[in-house]
Amino acid sequence: MYHSQMELTQNPLEKIWVPWMSSRLRQRRGSSVPQFTNSPTMIVMVGLPARGKTYISKKLTRYLNWIGVPTKVFNVGQYRRDAVRTYKSYEFFCPDNEEAMKIRKACALAALKDVCCYFTQDHGQVAVFDATNTTRERREVILTFAKENGYKVFFVESLCDDPEIIGENIKQVKLSSPDYVNCDKEEAATDFLKRIDCYKLTYVPLDDDKDRNLSYIKIFNVGSRYLVNQVQDHIQSRIVYYLMNIHVTPRTIYLCRHGESELNLLGRIGGDSGLSSQGMKFAAALGTYIRGQYILDLKIWTSHMRRTIQTAEAIGVPYEQWKALNEIDAGVCEEMTYEEIQDHFPEEFALRDQDKYRYRYPKGESYEDLVQRLEPVIMELERQENVLVICHQAVMRCLLAYFLDKSADELPYLKCPLHTVMKLTPVAYGCEVESIFLNVEAVNTHRDRPMNVDVDRDPEDALLTVPEHN
Amino acid sequence: MPRELTQNRIQKIWIPSKDDKPSMPRTSHGGPHLANPPTVIVMVGLPARGKTYMSRKLTRYLNWIGIPTKVFNVGEYRREAVKHYSSYDFFKSDNEDAVKIRQQCALAALRDVKNYLTEEEGQVAVFDATNTTRERRDIILEFGAENGFKIFFIESVCEDPNVIACNILEVKVSCPDYQDCNKTDAVEDFKKRIECYRVNYQPLDPDQYDRNLSFIKVIDVGRRFLVNRIQDHIQSRIVYYLMNIHVQPRTIYLCRHGESQHNLQGRLGGDSGLSTRGRKFAGALAKFVEEQNLKDLKVWTSQLRRSIQTAEALNAPYEQWKALNEIDAGVCEEMTYEEVRERFPEEFALRDQDKYYYRYPSGESYQDLVQRVEPLIMELERQENVLVICHQAVMRCLLAYFLDKSADEMPYLKCPLHTVLKLTPVAYGCKVESISLNVEAVNTHRDRPEEVKRGPSTLIRRNSVTPLTSPEPNKKPRIEGLDDPIMREVTPAQLTLCSTSHTTLALSTQNLKKCSMECHEPPQLCL
Repeated sequence: MYHSQMELTQNPLEKIWVPWMSSRLRQRRGSSVPQFTNSPTMIVMVGLPARGKTYISKKLTRYLNWIGVPTKVFNVGQYRRDAVRTYKSYEFFCPDNEEAMKIRKACALAALKDVCCYFTQDHGQVAVFDATNTTRERREVILTFAKENGYKVFFVESLCDDPEIIGENIKQVKLSSPDYVNCDKEEAATDFLKRIDCYKLTYVPLDDDKDRNLSYIKIFNVGSRYLVNQVQDHIQSRIVYYLMNIHVTPRTIYLCRHGESELNLLGRIGGDSGLSSQGMKFAAALGTYIRGQYILDLKIWTSHMRRTIQTAEAIGVPYEQWKALNEIDAGVCEEMTYEEIQDHFPEEFALRDQDKYRYRYPKGESYEDLVQRLEPVIMELERQENVLVICHQAVMRCLLAYFLDKSADELPYLKCPLHTVMKLTPVAYGCEVESIFLNVEAVNTHRDRPMNVDVDRDPEDALLTVPEHN
Repeated sequence: MPRELTQNRIQKIWIPSKDDKPSMPRTSHGGPHLANPPTVIVMVGLPARGKTYMSRKLTRYLNWIGIPTKVFNVGEYRREAVKHYSSYDFFKSDNEDAVKIRQQCALAALRDVKNYLTEEEGQVAVFDATNTTRERRDIILEFGAENGFKIFFIESVCEDPNVIACNILEVKVSCPDYQDCNKTDAVEDFKKRIECYRVNYQPLDPDQYDRNLSFIKVIDVGRRFLVNRIQDHIQSRIVYYLMNIHVQPRTIYLCRHGESQHNLQGRLGGDSGLSTRGRKFAGALAKFVEEQNLKDLKVWTSQLRRSIQTAEALNAPYEQWKALNEIDAGVCEEMTYEEVRERFPEEFALRDQDKYYYRYPSGESYQDLVQRVEPLIMELERQENVLVICHQAVMRCLLAYFLDKSADEMPYLKCPLHTVLKLTPVAYGCKVESISLNVEAVNTHRDRPEEVKRGPSTLIRRNSVTPLTSPEPNKKPRIEGLDDPIMREVTPAQLTLCSTSHTTLALSTQNLKKCSMECHEPPQLCL
């Protein structure tokens, strides 16, 4: 009996082996993606205004989505702005303002309702409930809601009493908020501080004793200390690890590819060739550029492939090699041109165009595999300060997608041309990006998605968007 | 002009060629290293709080990921100095003679720590003692500051009497101190011993006195953690590890897929299906699992057909992990060993020279495997009962982690087909039981060849991923002047003038390879 059970078929796109049982196709026992958790999870932010809750919410959401966990932020302040069109003053937030209290509670409940929809209808796995949630009462409401629906709850509380940090936060993100669009800076800052005072009156932090059975992390003073209680599962453990590695010290990340390689010139993918003469020129130009930036304590990372190491060599500064930064493995298609791939593996070529993110080369990798392989690199990038990463096209697309919050659909088509440095600077809730072409000509290696992605398409249709090469 | 690169033959790492003049320092010892400068992890806590358990487990993990780490257990120094343990009276705070001996033991251990970190290329030293007073911790902090070592405290706090009692029974009652006692007496005495320490115990104070120190407080066996001022990558990894381990009894089963078509032909790698005998094994495995009668068994496979086919027979949900795929043999994929020897004779020889570091052309090495598999180890620590159906090289990596085997031994660990290894955590280590499921299969094991010339071409990097067996604790620590009836107070400063102790025994179990003199400083490899 078990003989037929063990018959497998390989799904053509991702090359995942699944049982070949037409009647039992739905009941696949094997999961090809490790299960991080078995119930939807609500991450509930807790803390006074200007403690970095939205910053953490957005960053964490970006990270979870990037590693493949569908996550969404529900910012209650946004619901409030939709309900109360114009913001007048901090008085809205006084605890004795009964009318306002009703509106604020209704907004919280509306947000919870949307969380429910997100989990049940939109296949979300994690919802970040971004609000102050500073009273026990409000937290009880959330816990009851979660219990009724079978959701796990993990609290993230941010505590900070350093006036300088608070002042800086207010400047960076509050003064430009829609609430203060018609105020001058001084007025806005004063009003906001009074707003914080309103919350302080009723703020009850998570209690080590009374809340001993809840799962949470308390972050003190932007990460100098953490208190972690009752981590329940893998995803919560990963979240804690991530939160403990991020920091807010200003710094710059530079991403670029190796200089043009011999195989680039021939339009061949993968391999381990050296730099072409243009590539060497770029390496020298990169050295000049980097020195001109006068970066403090710059770390330089390369892959294990010759072309990135040669590029780093030209800078004349110590660098570290990461195997995890190696280019995507094209398996049986290594060192082929696109024309050759079309010739030898037309169906594979078409499947790749159908779903470039999930498509895995035979005996090779997919972008999805790349993201998993790059996750420790991202974690270390978060810990570091100024870093220059010299890598490859597909790898750079993955890293860029993380920093710029690009979806899996956009990721494989991000433009990462040769001889161009992307300079990333964290700012407010996101990342500023500057693209700097170092003025050394190179071939174009970017292949857009063609119109026709059918497996029976004509070769001309398939090769329409292939860039020129020798 | 950038220097020419050459690819080192065993590891296939690109490095600048030797004939070029190095124009500027290419690698620094100041690059982002995992543990540079060296770190001293200082355990803190009353007896029976799991300090030694954590020390040894952490050390095993750090060595496996390639960070040379060693435990220095002050209790062992004390047992060396005071041959016969009489009773808990030794630990009374007013027992002046004993207090002096205990202080000297701590200082001797610190001296060995210094030696390990400065002379023996150790990177992390775990100072396993109660360290329950501020006075003692201040001495250690001074020692760290003088020598440029980072200090990270791990405090274990627990007041659950059940946990304490369990610990005492599991590891204290059988300890050398109590070899002539019966259980009840041992337990009684140990409890009084704890009370002696409790009198002077000053826990780490995150709010005032210790607010600037780097530490983690592990509360109630991991229910809760307080983490203060993590300084660097290695401390962050240590914290993550400590937060993922647990002490629930559980079993880990490791086995390979059933015999495959390629196995029958003696071919490496590939993605073939099970042979007839392989299918028979899958059925036998299903029966075996059922007989084990476990609650909640997780089953993990790789993404290769043969391991999934094996899991399918179990009729239970399983998860596929790409990270569990067999080592990539690159250009040698699907060849037989004979074909490899014929087509790539040099590669064949190189692999036998250094099987751990050797990377197949366009493929992987065991060293790469360890890196690839590390997240799985972390997840295995979190889980309870798990059956991992994987492959020969991968299984060797996992086994080396659980059984504390060095990089040298790892590629030669015996992991035959159709055999399940059952691992049960016990006391400070892991019990392993090998269960053959009685289904014939080919033998795929290649022993280390007799005549192998060990080449000099392996580059060792301070932070490369090179599992080391955790070094044996010093059996005979030297403690200056203890035979002397007049016990002198020896401060750390004075200790630096003492003759150095010798810890040669530790090195024999470690796989430290030195660069040959022709090698220049190699680039640093990250994890």
